[in-house]
Amino acid sequence: MTSLLEIRKLSRHFDLGSGVVKALDNVSLSLHAGEVLGVVGESGSGKSTLARTVMALDHPTSGTVVLDQRDIFSLGPRALRKARRDFQMVFQDPYGSLNPRHRIGRIIAEPLHLMPDAPKGAERRALVGTLLEDVGLDAADQDRFPHEFSGGQRQRIAIARALITKPRLLVADEATSALDLTVQKQILDLILDLRDRHGISVLFITHNIGVVQEICDRVAVMQHGKLVEVGPTQEVLDAPQQAYTRRLLAAEPRLDVIGRKSRSRP
Amino acid sequence: MRRLPKTLVLGGIITVIMIGAALLSRFWTPADPTGMNIMARLKAPGEVGLLGTDQIGRDVLSIIMSGAWTSLGIASTATLVGGGIGTVFGVMAAAKGGWVERLVMTFNGVLFAFPPILSAILLGALLGPGAVTSMVAIGVFMIPVFARVTRAAAIQIWARDYVKAARMAGKQDTLITLEHVLPNISAQLIVQLAIQTGLGILSEAGLSFLGMGVSPPTPSWGRMLSESQTYLSSAPHLVLAPGLAIAITVLGLNLLGDGLRDLTDPRRRQTT
Ligand SMILES: Nc1ncnc2c1ncn2[C@@H]1O[C@H](COP(=O)(O)OP(=O)(O)OP(=O)(O)O)[C@@H](O)[C@H]1O
Ligand SMILES: [Mg+2]
Repeated sequence: MTSLLEIRKLSRHFDLGSGVVKALDNVSLSLHAGEVLGVVGESGSGKSTLARTVMALDHPTSGTVVLDQRDIFSLGPRALRKARRDFQMVFQDPYGSLNPRHRIGRIIAEPLHLMPDAPKGAERRALVGTLLEDVGLDAADQDRFPHEFSGGQRQRIAIARALITKPRLLVADEATSALDLTVQKQILDLILDLRDRHGISVLFITHNIGVVQEICDRVAVMQHGKLVEVGPTQEVLDAPQQAYTRRLLAAEPRLDVIGRKSRSRP
Repeated sequence: MRRLPKTLVLGGIITVIMIGAALLSRFWTPADPTGMNIMARLKAPGEVGLLGTDQIGRDVLSIIMSGAWTSLGIASTATLVGGGIGTVFGVMAAAKGGWVERLVMTFNGVLFAFPPILSAILLGALLGPGAVTSMVAIGVFMIPVFARVTRAAAIQIWARDYVKAARMAGKQDTLITLEHVLPNISAQLIVQLAIQTGLGILSEAGLSFLGMGVSPPTPSWGRMLSESQTYLSSAPHLVLAPGLAIAITVLGLNLLGDGLRDLTDPRRRQTT
């Protein structure tokens, strides 16, 4: 099976003057078409940096990301923009990822900018409405503004936005962690359904081992910017090879609490 | 309806009155602001006209009203044009970074070294004193002021995830600046516009005081202040009237700016 995404020896260092933070340190990973790959690791282990770099929002210190046989960092700006309809992302912080001055409909439809033949007017409204219903919101919500929604609802809006171009790769950075169990289940089912129907691949970053168990085919474990373990979900969860993974699994409820805390905003 | 900040209400009222007086002076003043009358010179307020007359018998209220037009006209035009140019520089620096940002900021530093008085002296040598000289001198100084404020505010917006989402949507810097950056810094820019117009009025008065502003007979607060210095003890109203006009207008614009800042403060939004 050919892989949709190849991450090769990816490093991202931040020079802080007082020292160098290796947010990513020589990470290699691959993701097959139609696969859901979980990424777990303690706070600060480099998960979000990995997501941003794979989405070409940030340049790596070294290494490459090959998406669908193309090295995304060697693409020219125009070619990169064209390629973007195939990979979309859901950001970790639902309070920062929606422009407070735009209506929900405009926010969700933004990636259609990538598609010259995208529907307009009433057709576009209908498309956005369907997506809103897919993520458990109301089609009429497209006329409202972000501040009228809770963190979990905003996260669902961000998910709808990421899905509108029918990407082949979805990177979800803690996309469901702010949601309650019922909604979380609904979103996970939606993602699995997209996988089954359209063969979408998902890089699923989470603190929640339960979710990993539920939807991930494989899981990668990160610590201090390094990949410490990767393998089929059940194998890693049942027989972790690394002490760090064992500690992470044992501490799962605590990690979940940390995840929630870091997201609660005034 | 949430309550408006007191500063906003007070500043708004003062500003509206001043702009109203300036506009009204184009159609009507109690007397001709340039018409001298030696028989009725140096009359006290109330004696002749509401604010008295000056050393050659002109009606002070009429001069103050027409002076408002001169002051506000020059200051707001300079602030709008200079501020507009500065804003473009600021968003460009924030969007492009790298050598574009360094070039813009260096250029700003150079402009910042030309306070309005210096520019007016240099320009005055070329064009002679007048409204255009004042406007350009003040406007040039507004460019770096706005470029700095805009750049700092825009850099913060560029770090937001919704801008990253726009990049994921394939949008280029110009479109992101128009759709995401400017709408989210517009409140800060409007606050600056109010405060800087106030400073522009001070600069205009300063230039006129030094004889580098609008030429006579166009009424001007700054020139009136300088011409009436010698009557400070005999006819204090001649100094007080333009002095208070300048102070109140600048105060009004500053209160307006502060009030707008309070109004758009997100912390305030959450608690109300
Ligand atoms: N722009 C940046 N400048 C400096 N350091 C950074 C920057 N971005 C990330 N880092 C550092 O890189 C490391 C990894 O951060 P990252 O956000 O990727 O972690 P994470 O695994 O997503 O954590 P969390 O679970 O809390 O979201 C951290 O030590 C962080 O401080
Ligand atoms: Mg993170």
